[in-house]
Amino acid sequence: MSIAIPIILTVAIGFVAAAVLAYASKVFAVEVDETAVAIEGVLPGANCGGCGFAGCSGYAAKLAEDHDFPCNKCVVGGAAVAEKIAGILGVNAEAEDKQVAVVMCNGTSQAAKLLMEYKGINTCKAANSIFGGAKACTYGCLGCGDCEAACQFDSIHIRDGVAWVNRDTCTACGACVRACPRHLIRLGSAKNLVFVRCHSNDGARDAMQACKNACIGCKKCENTCKFDAVHVENNLSYIDPAKCKNCGMCEKVCPTGNIINMRLVKKAYDEKQKGTPVVPPKAPAEGAQAQA
Amino acid sequence: MGSLLVIIISMVLVNNYPLAQFLGICPFLGVSKDLDSAKGMGIAVTLVMGLASAATWPIMQILNHFEIGYLQTVVFILVIAFMVQLIEMFMKKNMPALYVSLGVYLPLITTNCAVLGVCITNIDKGYGFLSSVVNGFGGGLGFWFGLMLMAGVRTKLVDQEYLPAPFRGVPIVLVTAAIMSLSFMGFSGMFA
Repeated sequence: MSIAIPIILTVAIGFVAAAVLAYASKVFAVEVDETAVAIEGVLPGANCGGCGFAGCSGYAAKLAEDHDFPCNKCVVGGAAVAEKIAGILGVNAEAEDKQVAVVMCNGTSQAAKLLMEYKGINTCKAANSIFGGAKACTYGCLGCGDCEAACQFDSIHIRDGVAWVNRDTCTACGACVRACPRHLIRLGSAKNLVFVRCHSNDGARDAMQACKNACIGCKKCENTCKFDAVHVENNLSYIDPAKCKNCGMCEKVCPTGNIINMRLVKKAYDEKQKGTPVVPPKAPAEGAQAQA
Repeated sequence: MGSLLVIIISMVLVNNYPLAQFLGICPFLGVSKDLDSAKGMGIAVTLVMGLASAATWPIMQILNHFEIGYLQTVVFILVIAFMVQLIEMFMKKNMPALYVSLGVYLPLITTNCAVLGVCITNIDKGYGFLSSVVNGFGGGLGFWFGLMLMAGVRTKLVDQEYLPAPFRGVPIVLVTAAIMSLSFMGFSGMFA
């Protein structure tokens, strides 16, 4: 009997508590906005924060409250989810320009000069804090893969010592942008195919000494561009995404190969898939995918 | 009546939970970022402590009656968890703004050692029912007082430009808590 009393007593207390709670949940029931619940149902549930809210439920609550709020903010779900949300709210979905992450460095292990052999903790943050990492270039990709670790969608990888983005799966959530200690990753429109893959503000001599793929600020691209889209400032070329027509002329004249034309990279990848391995001169062999 | 007043003063100043007995440190550091949520948390903890004291005292009498006092911890945790759930439901319905601002810390009161601590202290000191309830509310008031002091300091302190970078955020808060705790040592020995 001695064991029965404690068991009965504990169970009884638990039972009374459960009964009171069950009753209280009826009395204190809060009316939940069913629109918000429905919207949260169609959201992917990645809680990546790409929409600007802390999680999917925050965005759903905002949409349910304010029907004029743009319903295309979910970068993971994209247009498909925007349409579903619009269906629930009874508004029209506006297709938002698909964004992708763009890495502004092409300092591959062949091109970039090494100052030392880095054998420390294998994160960019750690490498950056020790004399700015192994590479001579103080602007470029450290290649330890902080962005790769931050990516929830397996869309960014270190190839040949530099980060490459898979544009098909990238959701532009911005996790890699925040992870990069060198601030080399930005979000850009997926329509733009030609990029400057360099972030060095060093002059021509210093930049070339550090990396063969560096932008030397020679202004050949600026003079070639027919659309006034390319300009060189602080020894670094910049392509205005609004004016760029993806013609790729700047990429052809670039003497160092820091300007990358995604169309060529993609073509090379497609041909490789067909069985005729053609690697464009400026894309690294391994990274020859639909990547930038 | 006089003894009840002594209990309150003792719990607020001399045996202040976060600053003298070092119980309930998690919400003390977590919810002291601004005065508003500190106020909400203080009210919630005071309420839970008082009600938990009132609820656990008769239960302890039942346990003692059956001579199974060793179940104290298990049963007390059960009762406290139940009360926090009830208060959470009540808040969600009647004070949604406070409910949102408290966030995860409200369910965390469930496992707040200060709440369990006050219930066990009531039993250990052999308080009667009224003294227990007063002790619970007093402990909550003390917690609230400490929390408000901390929040007041933190709103002027944290992330200031003049702080050296390594001290910003949690480190300076811990240093502040230590200094506040030292100053509360001045009260020790005033009452039993």
